[in-house]
Amino acid sequence: MKQAYAWSAIAAIVLASTTGDVLLSRAMKQVGDVGELWRQSGIWTVLGRMLRNPNFLLGVLAMTTAFYSLLFGLSWGDVSLIAPASASLTFITNAIAAKLFLHERVDHRRWMAALLVAGGVVLLAA
Amino acid sequence: MTFRKYLVLAGVTLCASIGDSLLSRGMKQVGSISLNHFSDLILAVLNPSVALGILLLLGFFASYMIALSWADLTYVLPATSLGYVLLTLIAKFFLHETVTTSRWIGVLLISAGVGFVTQGPALTHNPAKCQEAASEPASARNQP
Repeated sequence: MKQAYAWSAIAAIVLASTTGDVLLSRAMKQVGDVGELWRQSGIWTVLGRMLRNPNFLLGVLAMTTAFYSLLFGLSWGDVSLIAPASASLTFITNAIAAKLFLHERVDHRRWMAALLVAGGVVLLAA
Repeated sequence: MTFRKYLVLAGVTLCASIGDSLLSRGMKQVGSISLNHFSDLILAVLNPSVALGILLLLGFFASYMIALSWADLTYVLPATSLGYVLLTLIAKFFLHETVTTSRWIGVLLISAGVGFVTQGPALTHNPAKCQEAASEPASARNQP
């Protein structure tokens, strides 16, 4: 039963953090280069643009969900299963989601990077 | 990619890895939380390690947002995964933990992944930039 709890926590973390990453990435592209914007119009303009962006707010909501799922998961299951499994799977689901929803050019180099990092994270926990 | 941008990526890496390890330590001190005592989860932030961990994760979030404003998601995520390597090195050289062969292989895989992605372009799709590029003369775009 504990195992089922752990894996549902992992599924929740992966789903929520992928959704969050995609929404936040889209929001920040809409906001524009923060460094440039900051120099031109100041920090309040940057923060104002971020906080008025619906994708940003939804992204933060998704990230909060992921964060609390992680806290729940860590208190139930082994940290050595939950942390690497969710981190590793998130690299792969993010590559897929970035290609589908953000239209990023995920070429061989980026697939290799995502898979190598995902594999490496699993091995670190072994 | 400028030096400043690499500094932002370093900020993402450092804050995430140190923040996560503090949270992990803090939640172990807090102990198991059951669904029936949901309020325990909110009270967990009173633990110093959890509080400091959350502070660092806020720093992570700020630098992560800055990075995402000029780089692809599939660039930022692998590029900042060096934090895992960093944690292993800290475990080995500062905490004198034994690092097994499979962990060293994991470190190698992650480093290779970071190497792969950082050799490519940081940004491949940006609707705003795409429009700018389309309005530029073709000769300007073809220059390396």
